[in-house]
Amino acid sequence: MAEIRFKVNGEDTVVDTDPSTPLLWVLREQLKLNGTKFGCGIAQCGACTVHLNGTPVRSCSTALAAAEGAEITTIEGVAGADGARHKVQAAWIEHQVPQCGYCQSGQIMSAVALLRDNPDPSDEDIDAAMRGNICRCGAYGRIRAAIKSAARA
Amino acid sequence: MGKWTRRGFIAAGVLSGGVLAVGVGIREGHRAPKLAGLVADEDETLINVWVKLSRDNTITAIVPHSEMGQGVFTSMAQMLADEMDADWEKVTFEQAPAHEAYANYPLGREFIMGDATVPGFVQDSLNGGFLRIAQSMGLQITGGSTAVRFTGMGGMRIAGAAAREMIVKAAAKTWNVSATELRTENSYVFADSMGLSAPYSDFALQAGKYAPPTQPKLKSPDQYTLMGTSVPRVDIPSKTDGTAEFGIDVDLPGMKYAAVMGPPVLGAMTQGVDDTYARDMPGVIKILDKGSFVAVVADGYWQAENAIRQLTVTWSETGAEQLTHEDIFQKMRAAMDAAGDKGEKDVTVGNVQRAMANAARVYEAEYTVPFLAHAAMEPLNATAWVRDGKVDLWSGLQNPLAVRDEIAAALDVKKHDVTIHNVMLGGGFGRRSNADYPLMAVEIAKEFTHPVKMIWSREQDTQQDWYRPASVSRFKAALDADGMPLSWDNLFTEKHDPPEASHIPYKIDNQLIHYANAEHHIRFGPWRSVDHTQHGFFIESFVDELADQAGMDGYTYRRKLLAHSPRYTKVLDTAAEAAGWGREVPDGRGLGIALVDSFGTVVAQVVEVDVTGPEPRVVHVWCAADPGYAMNPDGFIAQIESGIIYGLTAALYGEITIENGAVVQSNFHDYPMLRMDQAPEISVEIINSGEKVGGGGEPGTPPIAPALANAVFAATGVRVRSQPIANFMQGLS
Repeated sequence: MAEIRFKVNGEDTVVDTDPSTPLLWVLREQLKLNGTKFGCGIAQCGACTVHLNGTPVRSCSTALAAAEGAEITTIEGVAGADGARHKVQAAWIEHQVPQCGYCQSGQIMSAVALLRDNPDPSDEDIDAAMRGNICRCGAYGRIRAAIKSAARA
Repeated sequence: MGKWTRRGFIAAGVLSGGVLAVGVGIREGHRAPKLAGLVADEDETLINVWVKLSRDNTITAIVPHSEMGQGVFTSMAQMLADEMDADWEKVTFEQAPAHEAYANYPLGREFIMGDATVPGFVQDSLNGGFLRIAQSMGLQITGGSTAVRFTGMGGMRIAGAAAREMIVKAAAKTWNVSATELRTENSYVFADSMGLSAPYSDFALQAGKYAPPTQPKLKSPDQYTLMGTSVPRVDIPSKTDGTAEFGIDVDLPGMKYAAVMGPPVLGAMTQGVDDTYARDMPGVIKILDKGSFVAVVADGYWQAENAIRQLTVTWSETGAEQLTHEDIFQKMRAAMDAAGDKGEKDVTVGNVQRAMANAARVYEAEYTVPFLAHAAMEPLNATAWVRDGKVDLWSGLQNPLAVRDEIAAALDVKKHDVTIHNVMLGGGFGRRSNADYPLMAVEIAKEFTHPVKMIWSREQDTQQDWYRPASVSRFKAALDADGMPLSWDNLFTEKHDPPEASHIPYKIDNQLIHYANAEHHIRFGPWRSVDHTQHGFFIESFVDELADQAGMDGYTYRRKLLAHSPRYTKVLDTAAEAAGWGREVPDGRGLGIALVDSFGTVVAQVVEVDVTGPEPRVVHVWCAADPGYAMNPDGFIAQIESGIIYGLTAALYGEITIENGAVVQSNFHDYPMLRMDQAPEISVEIINSGEKVGGGGEPGTPPIAPALANAVFAATGVRVRSQPIANFMQGLS
């Protein structure tokens, strides 16, 4: 057990737990941020994607220790301070992307990071940034269209 | 149109006293009070089983299906609201509780029975099949693409129309005018001649006193205001900000977490659990030997999962410990050999033997498909709380009512002491129609007074599935001098549901379609489109081979064999035209076509494949789909796109293999999924033929594998007779 301090969605946070615990389970079970999903546990599906100091990481395979002193952003933290939807979230609704919706928190976190680093991504850029996120409902075409639409917004 | 109305009437009339009858809960002496207690809050009048009208004039559609991505809440509410002339902005939805009054048993019957095109002589066996399914799948089913075509057409629309008529009747009495002088719009009743208008809710109490009409008048398509429009899905905003609640998100006070482990060889039982290392691990509360599985309960899921991996479990021998998937294929082939031309009959038309005798030549081929897991994104999970003789269960279920009954039986409690809280499903695809995982959660939770959330690892989810069966299919066609088929002889293994999946859309005068099942220990589960997944591949690959034998392209040959059906011909033509069938494609590319009629929807797809890379890459899929009428066109297209990607993933990569009796694959690294960079462009064209309304969730899946296989043939000259296709191609290089 150890006290680990970090920021989650802008808020100072302290947890006292085994530092080898994957960040995913700390977010879900201790901080009750359930928008980040468990999919595979081995960084193969992307459902658990969050930002660690702005970089998308797979929280199922990121030890809590790695979050020490870091800024973590989850799906609950991507909307604007006024609660306004992020342009990626708005594009997701415009294109009616989600079906079952389970993978979409991770998809959106990957897309938000992509557009922040690359405001006008090509198809190849989208492939590279999004191929770590599996969608079993097969919404890939709509995800691509929504990313392009958010890039224009 | 007449046909739809008659269907609706049958649902409301013949099935009255059952679940579909409009207002079944309202009649005096019926179960209205009990039912009202379940679905009505204070200040709400229950006017029939599928609609609630609140005092603030909001209307709630009560949807007896589970939301697993198919937009069912939206399409059901849309159908209800349109018939009711409701204000869409004030329509909400609620999921029906697991209760007999909501059971869509007759819908399940319809699912199994198919429509009138099923030959009369197989009706008896269909009834048998239906009863078997009804027992095993239970009652409140989401599956078989039934939501729109049965619950919607037969239930929601009639409920909405009946509700509207009852409100109008109540308004006529209140205002003392003839009902014919009234009109309805946006949840208001208007008496234009008197200058009166009032919200529906003003008449709710009075309307609730009437017996509902058994034949409410339904709208014709020219009167639709919501049906046929792409109303945005109501559940989508919550799926973009993390607030949608799935089973895995359920959080209860004092809740603990469980990890589970089932037998590597399905069917084995525990014979000892060594927990020397696990029992003292951090957070571990209890280690449970449940016979058919073991569980570790801990303070957190990760602790439970870590500990369970440290258990040494001895499993009983089932006799399957040496088996491989190849052995299972051998069993299937042996069963087929033994059956010869005397397999269990599916279809017998004309005289195949006589046709063979008159044939210019006979052409044969054999195909196989592997076992497949479902791999829904949300690993299976369920949260149970057992105390004071009562059970509460939270889980994403395709069949909540059957789960309730199985829990009641397993724990020996009364059914009404079991409460099912159905939450959103992170994918179902058939897997969540089985009661195994909620039962396990209850078996664990009964050892405690606090709730327990059981989560399966991805490895358990992959290795403890109920699988799309591997199967073998053999074809023998007698051909005339032009290469056209005189007869169609198809012997296959693994007959499940729906019964018509092996039937062909083509006009061939002599047909023998029969099967021989082999016993094996890999358990069967319904997998998106069920038997159509394998038969779509088998039938449409073989037809393509026959086309080649006749020196024709796949489109022209099919068109000749579909001349009897303008509906099929139009779907085929639409896909072919969209794809530019017949055009020149670059070297290393090819076009393939396939057509499958499943769950009442006719779908044709053309695939353009590129084989110049290490594995085949699908460039574009052009799809034409005739569901009769698409209630929510964009929602329907999304379902078709989804079905294509699901089927394409399986066709390219999907393979569960068996070694030493156990499933080899365990996670996405060895059971790969199609990803963004491999996803083709998809174009979908809807044909609203006006035929009986078909399903949307499954019909996109069956044609994609054969369309791809046929495209590979066009590009390479090599026939694909097994899946996954990526493996098959690697075998060639």
